[in-house]
Amino acid sequence: MKLVSSLVMATSVTAKAQAPAAAKPTTSPLLCLIAGWLVPGAGHFLLKKPIRGALLLLSVVGMFAIGIGLQGKIHQPNTGDLLDMLGFAAQLGNGILYVLARSFDWGHASVQTAVEDYGTKFIVVAGLLNIISAIDAHSLASGRKASE
Amino acid sequence: MITHFPAVLLFAFFISIVFGITQRAQPRMMIRFGAFTFLCLVGGTIAASWLMYFIKH
Repeated sequence: MKLVSSLVMATSVTAKAQAPAAAKPTTSPLLCLIAGWLVPGAGHFLLKKPIRGALLLLSVVGMFAIGIGLQGKIHQPNTGDLLDMLGFAAQLGNGILYVLARSFDWGHASVQTAVEDYGTKFIVVAGLLNIISAIDAHSLASGRKASE
Repeated sequence: MITHFPAVLLFAFFISIVFGITQRAQPRMMIRFGAFTFLCLVGGTIAASWLMYFIKH
């Protein structure tokens, strides 16, 4: 009797230990990371978290659009200026939005007014926030971050 | 054209959303942390503005 009860307990413990593994998303963490970087919120959409994905998309695209509207500067990679290179790295975090900005020549080539400087900061921070979002999607997919 | 304070509010609002979602796991805690971040950003900006005002005057 004691043996049976210990077997039942062991089985239930094993089942509890396996439950989180079964609930773990099957989407590749790397895919979530890259998709989340290219399109803001896409990593969360892939993980079937549409509300979080939509809010992240709204936030990053909203900040980027305000930055462009304020005539913020789109940084170039090869100017030789350290601040320009750092700005480029941060703005590259916007993924496809940065490519669109470069392709369609959005924003200003140089900052001349305070408002344009605010716009530049909006674009830079949008890129950094998108990197955080993509890493969050990666953490959720790999199971490093708990999810509800 | 957007002025300084609406720019601060929008900046804090969008950052709060992303921080809330990415830094907490439960939806209730996400909202709480997002609100906390928003208040810290806006409050910090107002406090720094008054500090600069008193330094100048």
